Amino acid sequence: MDLRELASLPGVSGHEGKVRETLISWLREMGYEPRTDVLGNVIVRTGGRGPKVMVDAHMDEVGLVVTAIEKNGFVRFQKVGGIDDRVLLSKRVFIGEERVPGVIGVKAIHMQEPKEWEQVIPWHTLTIDIGAKSKEEAEKKVKVGDYIVFDTEYEEIGDDLVKSKALDDRVGCAVLLELLKEKWEKLELYCVFAVQEEVGTRGARVAAYEIAPDIGIAVEGTICSDLPGCEEHQWVTKLGGGAALSVMDRGSIPSRRMLEEFLRLARENGIPVQFRESGAGGNDAAAIQLARSGCPVASVSVPCRYIHSPVSLASKKDFQSVVKLLILFLKSVEGGFRP
Amino acid sequence: MTDEMFQLIKGATEAFGPSGSEEPIREFIKARVKDYVDEVKTDPLGNLICVRKGPAGGKKVLLDAHMDEIGLIVTHIDDKGFLRFSNVGGVNPYITLGERVYFANGTTGVVGIEKIDDPKEVKLEKLFIDIGAKDKAEAESKVRVGDMAAFQRHAERMGSRIASKAMDDRIGCVVVMETLRRVKSPRHTIYAVFAVQEEVGLRGARVAAFGIEPDVGIAVDVTRTGDTPKAITMDVSLGKGAAIKVKDSSLICHPGLRKYLEKLAAERNIPYQLEVLEAGGTDSGAIQMTKAGVPAVVVSVPCRYIHSPSEVVDENDVEACINLLVAAVESPLDF
Amino acid sequence: MDVKAFLKKASEAPGVSGFEYVTVAPIIREFMAPLVDEVKTDALGNLIGLKRGEVGTRNPKVMLAGHMDEVGMMVTRIEDRGFLRFTDMGGVDPRILPGHEVVVHGKMPLRGIVGVKPPHVMARDEMSKTYKMEDLFIDVGIPGEKVRELVSVGDLVTYHRQFTELMGDLVAGKSFDDRAGVAVILVALEELRKYRYTADVYAVATTQEEAGLRGAAVSSYGIFPDVAIAIDVCQGDTPGVPEWRTQSLGKGPALCMGGNIHPKVYEGLTKAAADLGISVQQEVAPGPTGTDAWAMQVAREGVATGLISIPLRYMHTSVETLSVGDIEKAGKILARFIASVDAGFVEGLTKWI
Repeated sequence: MDLRELASLPGVSGHEGKVRETLISWLREMGYEPRTDVLGNVIVRTGGRGPKVMVDAHMDEVGLVVTAIEKNGFVRFQKVGGIDDRVLLSKRVFIGEERVPGVIGVKAIHMQEPKEWEQVIPWHTLTIDIGAKSKEEAEKKVKVGDYIVFDTEYEEIGDDLVKSKALDDRVGCAVLLELLKEKWEKLELYCVFAVQEEVGTRGARVAAYEIAPDIGIAVEGTICSDLPGCEEHQWVTKLGGGAALSVMDRGSIPSRRMLEEFLRLARENGIPVQFRESGAGGNDAAAIQLARSGCPVASVSVPCRYIHSPVSLASKKDFQSVVKLLILFLKSVEGGFRP
Repeated sequence: MTDEMFQLIKGATEAFGPSGSEEPIREFIKARVKDYVDEVKTDPLGNLICVRKGPAGGKKVLLDAHMDEIGLIVTHIDDKGFLRFSNVGGVNPYITLGERVYFANGTTGVVGIEKIDDPKEVKLEKLFIDIGAKDKAEAESKVRVGDMAAFQRHAERMGSRIASKAMDDRIGCVVVMETLRRVKSPRHTIYAVFAVQEEVGLRGARVAAFGIEPDVGIAVDVTRTGDTPKAITMDVSLGKGAAIKVKDSSLICHPGLRKYLEKLAAERNIPYQLEVLEAGGTDSGAIQMTKAGVPAVVVSVPCRYIHSPSEVVDENDVEACINLLVAAVESPLDF
Repeated sequence: MDVKAFLKKASEAPGVSGFEYVTVAPIIREFMAPLVDEVKTDALGNLIGLKRGEVGTRNPKVMLAGHMDEVGMMVTRIEDRGFLRFTDMGGVDPRILPGHEVVVHGKMPLRGIVGVKPPHVMARDEMSKTYKMEDLFIDVGIPGEKVRELVSVGDLVTYHRQFTELMGDLVAGKSFDDRAGVAVILVALEELRKYRYTADVYAVATTQEEAGLRGAAVSSYGIFPDVAIAIDVCQGDTPGVPEWRTQSLGKGPALCMGGNIHPKVYEGLTKAAADLGISVQQEVAPGPTGTDAWAMQVAREGVATGLISIPLRYMHTSVETLSVGDIEKAGKILARFIASVDAGFVEGLTKWI
């Protein structure tokens, strides 16, 4: 049960099956009885009497999907979720359940006109080469509708960092598993491992409708652009800077009382936190907030550099800060905190 | 317009309340409507919901006006004490540059810009707020990341016109407040919703309507006009009466209910005009989509320079909107 | 079920989003009523027919959604001399409008023309520029003051276009998107007579799809079906568009897969087609399908959705073209699938593991 395995699983939006299976088997080992709903969310209920708290992380990741196989055996695809066309070139991918390897090829620079060097190569002109000589041969391995993931290997590198694909939002899923290692009594805790966040926070929407929570928390892997070429006010978050607390994004404005409580708990317990310094982006809190008659929400995130690309980086220390802060917050709810 | 009415508009527009930080305007409205309603409550997102009970057999009529305004949210405080910000709702960088803004705690700031070579470079990312702090520590003693600011402007009368910040949609709030005060014998139970977070996606109205399950939804909001030099192609003018909306990008108003309001206005000699708004949305868009659907319309106050610190309305249009709403809740609404 | 007769009558009726329930719904009701047990409408004007299944302890609810609205235009301003300025409702390409005949739905229907400046008076480079919506106007050929009596801001404008039979089983006309979907539902209801089934079938002609899937969102909330299938159109094979991004006319309907579609519903539809020996095509939607299925999937606690599409060329123009055979095949597949939906199938929809 670790982030390495979790992040390495394929789980493109709408094709979260492998992540779901793995989480369910782990949750069962932990003594829980997870269930799935009609969209495929995994929902665990625990705790006792008290306010209903929904803590959400999404299982899905951005990726690609096979849309057609050409006569000459090349595979056509479309993007699932927001991926910059420029990161696709010259990457290795795995296709479908059988993890068929393929490469996203690009015309050799020698064969391009000088003016082409200046242009972004759009996704719909690219193909994946799986080595098949014909459509018939390709169809033995790959079929239309198969999902495609980047083949990035999970590794621990640098100063307590992890490198992997899909840290957005498998880090969140891993945080939820940590929360479920605790015993909860004076609140009704719903941990939701949601589907289809990257295509419009759809899993969280139906789960929140069903649960009708009193408090909602989205746990995310979020933007971190503390990079060369970005000034400090554009960083959004800093790698290693602690748990990131959202102040607003395009989908939701967090409850000010919840935000204050997170800050108080961090201050009093020496947990590193930072504000997520941006109004851009959005996450499942948007959907939870609008469930039925409305629900106060907050988002707590692990900063991840290079999200929505084949390879992202996160700090284990930030991960631990998020876990500690959320445990303290839930204990505070048990102790009577209400937004 | 009576001075009393102008003071109400002045108070409502000058109150602080960007989306998600509506507490001051909520308190302002609550204090002024509580005597005219049977019940006042707030919901988890902060909507103010006021109920005026009507006779049995009447409908549940939701009257909505959003109380939030556009604003700025601090995203970063630099070493020298300057604040970087993001927009709350639709904020135009050209209009924001050089403006004075204020925070809920009274802190004043001015909006400056990095050195640019071309006016086209005026983008929100290049703007910052100067609150007079000498360094980060002084700035942080007054403002924190996540705090919101609003334009700092007073309401002024210009003939029959009134200019102020936040006419969008405090003028709608005033119309609904006045409707509650002036209505003598409503035929229906009125749920007056002063909604939060309209400017960031019709969020307040959506959750409020879910709880209320109205039979009819009427939002009051501002709309654009086509009566200024080289304006958009639009047949709405200031001073020509209440604008009854046909459509905007969030909804197509229920044709039956819309025509009912047109007929009502014509019968009562209330000046009105029809409005087709090509871009923009209103709370009725969210109300219409509640549960299995709700017939919804919008009564708009024509307003020039929307989303600027000087939004301009005509007092006669405001009166027409109030008269139309009073007439509506006193009518059978059997469209 | 005479598909061509229905398509002719339904497609020639004007029915822009938000007003379709007044003009198109009665035509659909006339065809649907004999095939169902009851017909009702809801607050947003959705037309909902209910055909009950054989009495059981818990009949599954299957919702079929085809939208009855069409794209069109709306009057925004009346100029002094009576020319009408307009905006589009739901995605009209302004480049198809110059020289097009239209109907303005004022106090009475008025025939009009989207006018163009004669080439003789144009500057040389003017002809190489495309028209934008705000450059265009409608000429109804009557004086300004008379126009003001008959037309007001907010009145609707539709294409003037008659249903046309082309070679083979291809037909052309306006608003096949998505009256063709409604035709599929009617075929399915008729085909259902051949089967024994327990599902209660909610046949819904939805409103305001082109304006943002609004009718489907509220009707699926109201019905809260166990399974909901949208029947819409998809891009047909068109010269100049890569083959891999379109579906061929006449080769059967396209069954969609992707996150918007419950895999068991996709499998069920595929199996129904195979059982009937009907060929189908595959469509992949990486995210939003842009159809009623997208809204229905997230109604309440979530709904298992499917999507069947009829390949259609020249979408949103007034010469949309499709194969009638594809409609008939889709109806047959739907009926067969519905007959296979039982309590066990529904129970399986939440079992992802």
